[in-house]
Amino acid sequence: MNTPLTEDATKQSLFPSRNPLHLTIGILFITTLLVTLGNLIFPETSAFHVSDYTVSLLGKYLCYALLALAVDLVWGYCGILSLGHGAFFTLGGYAMGMYLMRQIGDRGVYGNPELPDFMVFLNLTELPWFWAGSDSIVWMVCMVFLGPGLLAFIFGSLAFRSRVSGVYLSIMTQAMTYALMLAFFRNEMGFGGNNGLTDFKEIFGFSLQSPNTKLGLFIATAVILALAYCLCHFIVKSKMGRVVTAIRDAESRVRFVGYKPEHYKVWIFVVSAMLAGLAGALYVPQVGIINPGEFSPLNSIEMVIWVAVGGRNSLYGAIIGAILVSYAKTRFTAIMPEAWLFALGGLFVLVTLLLPKGIAGLMSSIKQKFSKTPTTTQANS
Amino acid sequence: MHRIFSLLLLLSISGQGYAITTDLADDASPKLSLVVNQLPKTKLRNMASLIEQISQSQEPQTRDILQFMLDGELYFLKANKQVVRAQNTATKLYQLTDVLTEQSLFEVKKSSISKIKTNNRLRSTLRSIIAKIDLTNKNKQVRLQAVQQLLSSPSKASTAIITELIGNEQDQDVQALMSTTLSLQQLKTGDIDEKIAALTQLSGSLEPTVKNEIIRLLANLPDKELSTKQQNLRELLSSTLDEIESQASFYGAVETVFFGLSLGSVLLLAAIGLAITFGVMGVINMAHGEMIMLGAYTTYVIQLAFPSMIEYSLLIAVPAAFIVSGSVGILIERGVIRFLKGRPLETLLATFGISLILQQLVRTIFSPLNRQVISPEWMSGSWQINPIFSLTFNRLYIIIFSIFVFISLLTILKKTSLGLHVRAVSQNRDMARALSIKSNRVDAITFGLGSGIAGVAGVVLSQLTNVGPNLGQAYIIDSFLVVVFGGVGNLWGTLVAAMSLGLTNKFLEPLTGSVLANIIVLVGLVLFIQKRPKGLFPQKGRSTD
Repeated sequence: MNTPLTEDATKQSLFPSRNPLHLTIGILFITTLLVTLGNLIFPETSAFHVSDYTVSLLGKYLCYALLALAVDLVWGYCGILSLGHGAFFTLGGYAMGMYLMRQIGDRGVYGNPELPDFMVFLNLTELPWFWAGSDSIVWMVCMVFLGPGLLAFIFGSLAFRSRVSGVYLSIMTQAMTYALMLAFFRNEMGFGGNNGLTDFKEIFGFSLQSPNTKLGLFIATAVILALAYCLCHFIVKSKMGRVVTAIRDAESRVRFVGYKPEHYKVWIFVVSAMLAGLAGALYVPQVGIINPGEFSPLNSIEMVIWVAVGGRNSLYGAIIGAILVSYAKTRFTAIMPEAWLFALGGLFVLVTLLLPKGIAGLMSSIKQKFSKTPTTTQANS
Repeated sequence: MHRIFSLLLLLSISGQGYAITTDLADDASPKLSLVVNQLPKTKLRNMASLIEQISQSQEPQTRDILQFMLDGELYFLKANKQVVRAQNTATKLYQLTDVLTEQSLFEVKKSSISKIKTNNRLRSTLRSIIAKIDLTNKNKQVRLQAVQQLLSSPSKASTAIITELIGNEQDQDVQALMSTTLSLQQLKTGDIDEKIAALTQLSGSLEPTVKNEIIRLLANLPDKELSTKQQNLRELLSSTLDEIESQASFYGAVETVFFGLSLGSVLLLAAIGLAITFGVMGVINMAHGEMIMLGAYTTYVIQLAFPSMIEYSLLIAVPAAFIVSGSVGILIERGVIRFLKGRPLETLLATFGISLILQQLVRTIFSPLNRQVISPEWMSGSWQINPIFSLTFNRLYIIIFSIFVFISLLTILKKTSLGLHVRAVSQNRDMARALSIKSNRVDAITFGLGSGIAGVAGVVLSQLTNVGPNLGQAYIIDSFLVVVFGGVGNLWGTLVAAMSLGLTNKFLEPLTGSVLANIIVLVGLVLFIQKRPKGLFPQKGRSTD
């Protein structure tokens, strides 16, 4: 079997005999099981008890992990450094938020069964056209994928066809999310302006306040993350994925060989945007709010650092990075809030200078040192 | 007779007039203190003549006293009948000022002072007397302001004053404004013939009051059964109005251009440092915005350190900010960026980390709140070109300054040996090294230069916006877009891009509002870059990725 050069790092991971796919899914499954048991069976006084707060926090981390997977897919495997993935994430979040907003029904402050509170507040008499159908689950699921996917398709096909790449593309994606942030801050957009969408009551008929719903959302996120991981793994291993990797390493050569790199790039960009949108949709019911602040360029860059810390080039690295950095953020902001930006900034500098392959790369090099086996880097036989 | 009588009274009360009586005898204008001190005792109906006497004294305080009286701030102490100015303070007490010596006295309760009463007729007399005093003032600005005052509240009395004084007026501007006032009065009160005559006089006048009066007259004309004269008047009125409005829209456009250019200069200043580090060196520096922020904070610190030299603070701040930001830039280059050569995406991430650290550093040292940077006297105010059009000095200076910075940078790059080295390294690093150019040293200096100029931009921005930790972030995306739009490695392109972005933004703003204008410009730029990835003025070359 041909082993592509870039798969080397994943193959030579801590457990060389095991497939990282099985390992990751296994760990994810066990964690989810333990958390569920800890939350449901053990009483609050027990040391094994997992509080509701922890459950929703973990759920949030898993959303971030899914998002990191999306970023890794384009950056690690296709070399497109997107500084605008926050836009796709937030758009997916808004699609879910709109659905949840409509589920409030007449329980809002103004008690209008048709219109969400902020529209009544803005003196609207009927739903704007783009809110039509937003109370159906099918519409919501479609929009979670369609919104980010369409934006990514338009943006990607414009950018990649005119061969905008590298730093220019990064800055343009940043400009894109910045423009969206400015736009969504306006009340006239019809998405709640500054305050965004919030005060959700229930999802699919389950109250969002109840601990069981929170646990359910956590489990759902874990399952979806596992599925997404399988999907990404499949994409990366497929023939298409290998063309994509080749584009990352030598775009001109791929073009000369006869492929159309822009098609592959658009395709992987759209898939990644949809995954990011899905992450956003899972994120919103767990935190209970979506507002334009999520579009801010800083958020998008934080996603990139998750992947950088975990190690681009490896899918499980992205998940590790997202969870670790988010955990560090939670701890830091609780203990000494001022220090967080110092830590994050330092992380950026140190990781790029000292750990260019991230934690995953570090693990594989440690593994290599211990086993003292020379790496078999055969590109093609 | 009346004067002597009241004088006697005064002497018997205050006893301070002995020496003055002799003065009074041989001087035609009455001594101010004497007449003023009569105010408390004078009946309302005799007040007019007393005011007349006060106005005839040539003392510098005369005008102020009359103004205080008009404003109802003139009181006298019940105890000794001393005339004072009383101002209500926050503590419900009245702060007293001696009107003659202009010295601050003590604070008293309302009950111990009594107001010097006036009525409507007196007030209008006071107004015209004050106007007259101002109109004969030596200072041209005071005279202009006085005429403006009369123009905005025309009356018969004011017409009389102006007719009296217009002949003596030497200054052309004041005279023109005076005749506008007369014509306006004529337009208001005259018959149809006079109105038509006044209108021909007024055509081309941009005073808002004139425009309002024309609109009022037009509205008051009957719709039907106009006489020929009325017909004429109406045509004349509407043609004059059209002329005024076309002039106004012309000046409006000029003003928008001015605003656009000033926004463009700010963008130019913010982006030109980046045009060097990113454009010429090819190093992407996400901490560029923070270099701007450091410059702004340097200005703040300098004003804090030398509070007595606010007027010169900007002149000190420009080199200081250049040095501060420049050395931080060199540190970043030596400490981080040089290890990431040839890895643009990593450079982007690392410098972004640095920008976060710098922001937080500033937040820890100076607190997250915005800091107030004072504008020196010479930066404030505006250059009034005509009644509806003025240029503010700060924007004017910023345009001039940014062009100055641009030209000096261009000179450095084109005429100095450093510039030669920079261009050589940016075009072909290996060949430059082979020709014994120390590329590392050139890199550091170039980066320092770009960062230093960002610091200078910060000094300018401190005059326009709030100085806070997020100052840089607001400009980083715009700066990148300007550089990319103009074409990387091309300073002229940066100039054109900055100015055209500024102008587009300001022309869109009235149509769409500022936020939407921002969004439209951003989206337009993104689309433009898709079409022409190398910007407006692409660098010619044969290299490929």
